[in-house]
Amino acid sequence: MIRLNKLMLAVALVAILATGASTGCKKSHINPFPASNAVVGWQKTSETRSFEAKDLWQYIDGDAEQYIKAGVVSTSTSDYKYQGKLEAVVDVHTMGDAAGAQKILDTGKTSDAAKVQLGDGGVAYAQSIVFRKGPNLVRIVAYQSAPGTPEALAALAHGVESKL
Amino acid sequence: MRNRREFLKEAVTGALLLGSQSKFVLAGMLDKQTGPSKSKVVIAKDPALHGTGSQPDEKRVLDLLDRAITSYTGHSKPVEAWKHIVLQGGGQGKVIGLKTNGLGGKGISTHAVLVMAISERLQQAGVKAGNILVWDRNARDLEACGLTINTDPSRVRCYGSDVGGFEDLQESWGAAKIKLAKILTRECAMVIGLPILKDHSGAGVTFAMKNMYGVVDRPQDLHATGCNPCVADLNCIPTVRQKVCFTVGDAMSSVYDGGPSFHPERIWYPNSLIVGEDRVALDQTAWNIIERKRAEVGMKSLDELGRPPRYIATAADAAHKLGTNDPQRINLVDA
Repeated sequence: MIRLNKLMLAVALVAILATGASTGCKKSHINPFPASNAVVGWQKTSETRSFEAKDLWQYIDGDAEQYIKAGVVSTSTSDYKYQGKLEAVVDVHTMGDAAGAQKILDTGKTSDAAKVQLGDGGVAYAQSIVFRKGPNLVRIVAYQSAPGTPEALAALAHGVESKL
Repeated sequence: MRNRREFLKEAVTGALLLGSQSKFVLAGMLDKQTGPSKSKVVIAKDPALHGTGSQPDEKRVLDLLDRAITSYTGHSKPVEAWKHIVLQGGGQGKVIGLKTNGLGGKGISTHAVLVMAISERLQQAGVKAGNILVWDRNARDLEACGLTINTDPSRVRCYGSDVGGFEDLQESWGAAKIKLAKILTRECAMVIGLPILKDHSGAGVTFAMKNMYGVVDRPQDLHATGCNPCVADLNCIPTVRQKVCFTVGDAMSSVYDGGPSFHPERIWYPNSLIVGEDRVALDQTAWNIIERKRAEVGMKSLDELGRPPRYIATAADAAHKLGTNDPQRINLVDA
């Protein structure tokens, strides 16, 4: 009887730990990158690459300092292509808190930025969109400019925002 | 008639060169007409370089390069000009590195069309295809320039330090404590820097000297206090100082704010190449160009923002003596 109780206790403990680990995993490994065709016309063309703060220089050496100062925890990035032509990159910077993400958003803002309703706020230019949602700062940049680029970027941005 | 791509694919056996040090001297190419104490910087510009597209026209880039190089050297024929540069740089019969900058990603990296134009002229000047080594930090940076990785020594080679590796032995000069890329230390006898003109959120401006951050193992360790004095210190390390003897700066497109990453809303097209040997004079010139553009669009100067490129003056000081930042001692030539 005692042996049975110990066994049940162990099973319960494992179940609790597994649930905790699973929940923690979900929180720290949100995948904000839409799969190909999840947003109409957009193909995901590269594997997602992720960098911890200490390794961020490998991706944005020179720019890394300002993100580190603002409390970046990690950065993930992936390439996309729209209708086989327009190339873009999606960067998701996860900061320590919302203030850090807002700081980066404010630093980069220029007078020609147009406000957009995305997450907790953002701005759009002809070839890029930047927005914040909680501690996440998302930057989407197109490498070319063509008719329909702002609309295509906006659609992709909404796709990312819905997964955060 | 072979085109530029065919030149790059030309099958010529190359040879590795181990540890050669050139004896390049600035005096050999200073502008004789303006006196030996002035550093010559040539800015060649073609307002129609981009036409109606976002990419520069291949033929116009070659013409622009020819104009810049002939103006700089005083030779009327581009091939003769390149022979002179190779000879002065100690690159004859040896490996010549072309150090690009692809850090900013696809939108703001050294243009492949410029790399191809230089490769073509070098081959016409007698440099074997396999003795031309296009390189940067890694494959991703090179691909961002629009280049294709190639380690075949019978053709123009193109690969990064992720393939070439770094020296085990740490070198130091002042605050710069680094391990150099073996491509620089063991393969190249001379290096031509091909930076791209950019604003830099930390350093202020990145161009000729800052491009050398791509030849070390841990560039992130050199970014404190606006990269000053580390940019100057790094360029004083003997191998860097001696081998990186000429710069063909890509100012065909640029970012005047938000760099070094690609910010399409801050991109502009100076449509220029900026060439010279004195990296300090080149960087001083680059800084002026960035400031003029910022003023034109109504932005605060880098000085007002507290991030002027202080490393330029440091590089010119008595301890470093890398060149001059004094406008009176820079012979700026428009071509």
